[in-house]
Amino acid sequence: MRIHPRIINRIVEFGLNIQAFFTVGILVVIVAIIFFKGFPYVNPEFIFAFPDDMGRHGGIFPSIVGTMQLAFLSIVFATPLGVGTAVFLTEYTRESTFTKLIRFGVESLAGIPSILYGLFGFIFFVIKLGMGWSLLAGVLTMTIMILPTIIRTSEEAIRSVPRQLRIVSYSLSATKWETIKKVIIPAAAPGILTGIMLSVGRAVGETAAIIFTMGSSLRLPLSLMDSGRTMAVHFYILAREGISMEKAYGTALVLVLSILSINVLAYYVMHKAISKYS
Amino acid sequence: MIEKSLFKERLVKWVLVLFALSSLLFLFLIFMFIFSEGLPLFLKVGLFKIIGGSKWAPTKGFFGIFPMIISSFLVTFGALVIGAPMGLSCAIYLSEYSGKKMKMFLKPALELLAGIPSVVYGFLGVIYIVPLVRDYLGGSGFSLLSTSIILGVMILPTIISITFDSLVSVPRTYREGSLAMGATKWQTIYKVILPSAKSGILASFILGMGRAIGETMAVIMIAGNALKIPGSILDPLRTLTGNIALELSYASGDHRLGLFSTGVVLMVIIMLLNYVANFGIKRKIAK
Amino acid sequence: MLDHRNFVIDVQGGGSTAGIQAIMNNTVSIGMSSRDLDDKEKMLNTITICHDGIAIIVNPQNPVRSLTLQQIRDIFSGKIRDWKELGGIDREVDAVTREEGSGTRSAFEELVMKGKAIDDSIMVQDSNGSVKEVVATDPYAMGYISLGLVDQKVRSVIVDDVAPSIKNIKTGRYKIVRPFLYVTNGELDPYAKEFVNFVLSKDGQNILIKEGLVSLYD
Repeated sequence: MRIHPRIINRIVEFGLNIQAFFTVGILVVIVAIIFFKGFPYVNPEFIFAFPDDMGRHGGIFPSIVGTMQLAFLSIVFATPLGVGTAVFLTEYTRESTFTKLIRFGVESLAGIPSILYGLFGFIFFVIKLGMGWSLLAGVLTMTIMILPTIIRTSEEAIRSVPRQLRIVSYSLSATKWETIKKVIIPAAAPGILTGIMLSVGRAVGETAAIIFTMGSSLRLPLSLMDSGRTMAVHFYILAREGISMEKAYGTALVLVLSILSINVLAYYVMHKAISKYS
Repeated sequence: MIEKSLFKERLVKWVLVLFALSSLLFLFLIFMFIFSEGLPLFLKVGLFKIIGGSKWAPTKGFFGIFPMIISSFLVTFGALVIGAPMGLSCAIYLSEYSGKKMKMFLKPALELLAGIPSVVYGFLGVIYIVPLVRDYLGGSGFSLLSTSIILGVMILPTIISITFDSLVSVPRTYREGSLAMGATKWQTIYKVILPSAKSGILASFILGMGRAIGETMAVIMIAGNALKIPGSILDPLRTLTGNIALELSYASGDHRLGLFSTGVVLMVIIMLLNYVANFGIKRKIAK
Repeated sequence: MLDHRNFVIDVQGGGSTAGIQAIMNNTVSIGMSSRDLDDKEKMLNTITICHDGIAIIVNPQNPVRSLTLQQIRDIFSGKIRDWKELGGIDREVDAVTREEGSGTRSAFEELVMKGKAIDDSIMVQDSNGSVKEVVATDPYAMGYISLGLVDQKVRSVIVDDVAPSIKNIKTGRYKIVRPFLYVTNGELDPYAKEFVNFVLSKDGQNILIKEGLVSLYD
């Protein structure tokens, strides 16, 4: 019996609808579980207190600070390098073997899985360069990890700056660098910022590379050579060791909320940029 | 004065060249380091003994990672089995059926899904999926099946966004032409749009595979980390990434070199996957 | 006692070989280990701070409460695969072992396996805590962890008719015991020395007793 195509069409459409809702449903379920199971344990005390008894009691303040330090410092190092590379690729050269080589480098770096960054960072920074488990080792590793993202998004943002802006700037006898500094980068800023925020999101959620470089000390890092935990690392240890399910859910909630807010912020900035140019 | 600004311009240019070279430098550094640490063991013990060896007991001189290579691939294919159909359907829905409102809602939802850290996925997998598999299907629950399920969900955003991009880039005229000839929407999708987006869709699968095979944290929490090739989907397994993560903090001497060799194999596999995927995308653009 | 509140002691996790490696590389001031040093490590110094029993654990719901050493060995070598061979239900044993570099594992291999290899099909977790978690949540699991970590989430098995307890360890009846070592490389700095002295003192040992470990004193 041959089913009429229009009936198949309806069935498929229905099935796809369900599929889409199922997929969104997964996300909703994940966030809901974390939210409802973690919410009771997240309060100002949790956020600002130090962990007690290996994390069974107390709060997660040092890991929040550790996360912020790691993300902030990685951005500080990666942004000039990344934006600079993007500027170079768009403004200073035409497509050549040299630029192809650089792009190859960027794409390859982007494809390396985080455990290999952990392997590299642990043996190279922690042991061979003698940094020990430290914020510095973590930052250096993280910087390389987020570099490709910043380069990609910055390049896209700079490329979409309208040609007219450049032409007008040059016609007003500005130099190349002046043009870049005062016209192009500000115009590309929202796109660049989006890339930065995506990278922050990555730094906040990263575990495999960080646990082997920054370590897992429970203290608050006060210097670059101090070890510390990020929220993701703290959560991993709490969960894996079964130290405290409640604290684990609480940490997960703070972690996911942080990433969510960063994503929302990134979207907001991006939309502002789009509306500016349309 | 003009000389001063000319000098500045040139200075800026060379600083930027240096910055641009930094990416190459880091890549070179990482590649060289991992390969230079990983290669000696291949020479010392023999490539086939490592890649083909079934016994991993590095402190006793056995560096066989064959079971882990197989397990990595098994888990990756498993993730595709779970994630590709869902991802494909979702992407089709997003590009062909959903209205603007839905799109605005679904796209950020996908980004959020992609942003959830892998340790959280692993955790939820241990709490919810592992017991389900154990109680209803058997085994300890720490298995190929559980890992595939979680990884499948984790690669959904990758598959959906790349497939979506290739679906929307199919020219409108294709759709309109097909509908004008009386085809239903689904017939149009099935016979016109999907075939022309074929290489982009395949690329999304391959990139999804690349993501799955490189995943570490969620995997070591759910997979059970046993050294044998799993005999069934309910058996535990250890991936290449898991091998490195579990033993890195204490490996020394040849053992550590063995982990680098594992890293080399992993890197080669991922490079191949990325190359194939990019090749596929470039073909699509060239078309 | 001096006020030490200005001093910070960083603790990293990782297993015995990780601790020994770390002190060999001078990444840390004191490495911790729960196994004796092997020949390659003999250049380092050790200080025994206490002893610890290794408990074989099962899920509290498991009706099997007592096993012989031989049975445990057979389970982990893959010879016994089903609970019904141990007097339990008809269901596979979900055995869990520690990773290769673990001091707990090498003590287990030395004192329980006695040369027989742990089977490749057995699950591996990389910390005492995670082994305990697996056994606590899987009704059919069996693993081994530090006796000091056993609580109501898991049940320790009676081995050869001897229950794992501090008393039985001190009297020598329970034999699956290993030392906890502080491993050092050369001279300790004065503050590290003070810390070690504290750990070896009565006050320090009392803390260890509270954690379920076997102190150096009676």
